[in-house]
Amino acid sequence: MSDKPRIAVHKFSSCDGCQLAFLNMGEDLINLAEQVEIIHFAEAGPVAEDALVDIAFIEGSVVTAHDQQRIKQIRNNSQYLITIGACATSGGIQALKNLAADAADWPAQIYGQPQYIDSLDQSGAVSDYVKVDFELWGCPINSAQVVELVNSLLRGVSPIDHQDKVCLTCKQEQIVCTLITQGKPCLGPVTRNGCGALCPSFGRDCFGCYGPAENSNTIGLANRFAGLGLLPDEIQRRFKLVHASASENQRIIARDLTQDLAQDLAQESSDE
Amino acid sequence: MSKRNLSIRVPILARVEGEGAMDLDIRDGAIEKLQLRIYEPPRFFEKFLEGRAYHEIPDVVARICGICPVAYQVSAVNAIESAFNMDPGPWVKAMRRLIYLGEWIESHALHIHLLALPDFFGYQSGIAMAKDHPAEVRRGLKLQNLGNEIMRCIGARSVHPVSIKVGGLHKAPDDAKLARLLRALEEALPEALEMCDWLASIPLPDDQQTFNCTALKAANYAVEDGILVSSTGLNLKPEQYDQHFTEFHQPQSTALWSHMDGEAYLVGPLARMNLTAQTMPAISQPVMHKFAHRFPSNNMFDSMLARGIEIVFAMQEAISILQGYSRPQHSFIESTPQESQGQGWSEAPRGLLWHHYELDRQGIVRKARLVPPTSQNQARIEQDLHRSLLNFGLDNSDDDIRLHCEKVIRNYDPCISCATHFLKLNTVRR
Repeated sequence: MSDKPRIAVHKFSSCDGCQLAFLNMGEDLINLAEQVEIIHFAEAGPVAEDALVDIAFIEGSVVTAHDQQRIKQIRNNSQYLITIGACATSGGIQALKNLAADAADWPAQIYGQPQYIDSLDQSGAVSDYVKVDFELWGCPINSAQVVELVNSLLRGVSPIDHQDKVCLTCKQEQIVCTLITQGKPCLGPVTRNGCGALCPSFGRDCFGCYGPAENSNTIGLANRFAGLGLLPDEIQRRFKLVHASASENQRIIARDLTQDLAQDLAQESSDE
Repeated sequence: MSKRNLSIRVPILARVEGEGAMDLDIRDGAIEKLQLRIYEPPRFFEKFLEGRAYHEIPDVVARICGICPVAYQVSAVNAIESAFNMDPGPWVKAMRRLIYLGEWIESHALHIHLLALPDFFGYQSGIAMAKDHPAEVRRGLKLQNLGNEIMRCIGARSVHPVSIKVGGLHKAPDDAKLARLLRALEEALPEALEMCDWLASIPLPDDQQTFNCTALKAANYAVEDGILVSSTGLNLKPEQYDQHFTEFHQPQSTALWSHMDGEAYLVGPLARMNLTAQTMPAISQPVMHKFAHRFPSNNMFDSMLARGIEIVFAMQEAISILQGYSRPQHSFIESTPQESQGQGWSEAPRGLLWHHYELDRQGIVRKARLVPPTSQNQARIEQDLHRSLLNFGLDNSDDDIRLHCEKVIRNYDPCISCATHFLKLNTVRR
């Protein structure tokens, strides 16, 4: 028996892109495999879904009855459970389904024989079903996040939960603000840092793929977007993409912005 | 031949993208059931696209597949630009081709070294194989990383890049980064050629068969666009796709199947090489000419060499684009939304990827339909599994039969995540 930590990478409903944070490591993947024992990682080869492990990484959201059982089993078999990416952490882009009134009818609208399709009405985050020990946000996560996390765990240090906002990187890297200089509806002020402010560095507004940051003023930003001339539906769509189920985004998505923004703007102008 | 009974279940197929399984039943020495069962749950992307604005589509469709997001983005912008009657010009086309070539290199190198080769050398994984063949596996991962580096230069990151927009690119790439990228590609090209020599030397099962091929064709080997050609003589534009291709639902699969004029067909690297190798500049060069006689090939296992050759082509083509690079005045043209519909396609690493959008006058999607490569290959995979297993021999041991079937499936590089992520049914087979 090896005394190296035993790890597993499990896939649920996803695009496989966060597993690539491992498979795209290049030579570091081989170095990683020398420091840990990879017990289950179907895309890379090893299959042992029910094995006991020290660390389980979960990609993807819970979307079938079978998924619900599987995630509970994995939780029982794992010392430490980590979600990787938007789907596992917040339900991901497929949580757009959760907002649709007729989602239960979708299989019948698409498949000739819907009775063969196992699909819940909701795309759920892993934390809706079991305790999660640590979350890596991002759509997709990148290799640097994985390396930092694994290094912390291998050394017995608590991993750091990065809670800064994308704006911080723009300031540090002297990236020109797309919101202020170009009037673009940038989500950077309310989005978790970690990507390296990629969109602003490419001249476009952040669309929030790393998920909502804590203590962020989403209502204030939505008001600002209204000031830029965005209609309520356009504002809600900004918050309704890869993390539609996250509670901070729900504060905007679930509101009647036609009413609320008019009131807020009136309030602001009377304050002035 | 013995009259054996045998039942093999592979509940989780390893080394494929997404969730698939295989079921095999043999009764009285004959195959009773042999299925590639795709059980990855559907993600309903075609429904998510309804109600989104045209400029949001590239970021939505990228998330169908982490391995080939550029393919989704390029097929989508091709379709929308066709709907809006836009021509973004040669600079934009060259940049899209460049980032797409990066995706081919990344996806092919990943498949060859981490997914397919372990089958040929008897290992459980590429990582295990690296212990005995460190130079070859490390070289493969280096090439994979170079593909990712191209994508990072043009698109900021390799998974779900952020630069492609309707009308062009959000921003022209950084000149200094492109210069470094050019040097890295030139330095690594000899290693890609060595990889091809090595791949060509690996003994393959002799497994001759006839099958239909379908691929895009262009003057300079089709990647980001082209005209559809097939071994059955088709010659089509994107808007004619529906006249010959139909999708249908099989109970064992959450991915729809597809037929071309009622028959199974192959898309992907081997189909491209079989139909259009003569348009590839790389293959006519002396260093590559030794591989030319292998194509067209009736041996599906030549897919691996086809991928290797396409890596060399992609690197040479990327070098040539970078050598001729000049910074444009504008990296995109403005879009004027209109009530319209448009079709577009491109050659994803795994083959043809067709998109169709109906848009209202603000450019909001009313309806979307997308047909990914793995859906198209499913019928071909099952056809191949049956005859390949009979050819291999049902008297082999259970383990050997299982491994052979898995090897046949993996050879197609099925991307199951892709295949189950939309699917709109327009035809029901009865």
